[in-house]
Amino acid sequence: MQDFKTAIRLSLPVLGAYWFLGLTYGLLSANMGYGLWVPVVMAMTIYSGSVEFIALTMLISTFNPMAAVAMALMVGARHLFYAISMLDRYRGASWRKSLLIFWLTDETFAINYACRGSFRQYFWVSVLDYLYWISGGIMGYLLGSAMGDMLMQYLRGLDFVVTAMFVAIFMDDYLRHPDTHGSAWLGICAATVCLVVFGAGQFIVPTMLCILAVLYLYYRRTAR
Amino acid sequence: MTTTQQFITIGIMAVSVISTRFLPFLLFPSEDHTPRFVRFLGRYLASAVFGMLVVYCLKDVQFLTGSHGLPEFIGILGCILLHLWRRNMLLTIAGGTAIYMLLVQTVFT
Repeated sequence: MQDFKTAIRLSLPVLGAYWFLGLTYGLLSANMGYGLWVPVVMAMTIYSGSVEFIALTMLISTFNPMAAVAMALMVGARHLFYAISMLDRYRGASWRKSLLIFWLTDETFAINYACRGSFRQYFWVSVLDYLYWISGGIMGYLLGSAMGDMLMQYLRGLDFVVTAMFVAIFMDDYLRHPDTHGSAWLGICAATVCLVVFGAGQFIVPTMLCILAVLYLYYRRTAR
Repeated sequence: MTTTQQFITIGIMAVSVISTRFLPFLLFPSEDHTPRFVRFLGRYLASAVFGMLVVYCLKDVQFLTGSHGLPEFIGILGCILLHLWRRNMLLTIAGGTAIYMLLVQTVFT
């Protein structure tokens, strides 16, 4: 029970982020003319906002499974990093482990990495985040065409909650771990350079390779 | 695309994304079999990822036109100052978002 309460508190920012993003996602799918099953099934199975938004545009074009796989792998590649960071954290979680891994999203990873706790706490944070995302999508779809635009006017700028959350997590990690400051700056610099060079659509994979390369050089020099 | 094709597309995208989450866990099931570099990554990677995610959030901001990313800059600055002041994540997130919403709804409309 205590773990559940802690999880509610910890996942509060994700509630804001997912309901807003989920609302946008549901609205968009309603406007594109999809049935309710499309956003809901995608939210439940893919469970990755960035991939789902792209999927919405792919599903109206011609059938191209290879492109779908390539796009999903490329946009989803950052999950590899989350999983590597959580290898030790989720070890020994028994029956919860597979679910915890399936539920690794940007936000859930960030919360569960930043806030140490019991397996039960990680589990509840993951469950809650999952429910926020699905319910946000459904709400957005239902609100859809009727009052969508009016609602969005008042919510304008709320999407910044995602940025604010990552800045907060970055700051928290930065203040807590002086030994990884170099790594933190590496992430910012590599991403900025790759964003400028490769553009907004495809800079994540080059950034990841860049980070891996620099960390490997650092590892070779120090961890002997 | 027919409904069946849509269903297949969603299915293979889901499998692809899920495999990116499971792959490291399948490759390195126990601590003994995890290469030292991967364990090193487990310690240092997250900080870099957080930095990357902040930049990722700003990827669609147009710095040369419109409001030149000023509301984003002020919002992030607000987050940083709030966090240095109170070190309370919720306050940082709520405060930064409020500042940003205020800016885009009133000043930078």
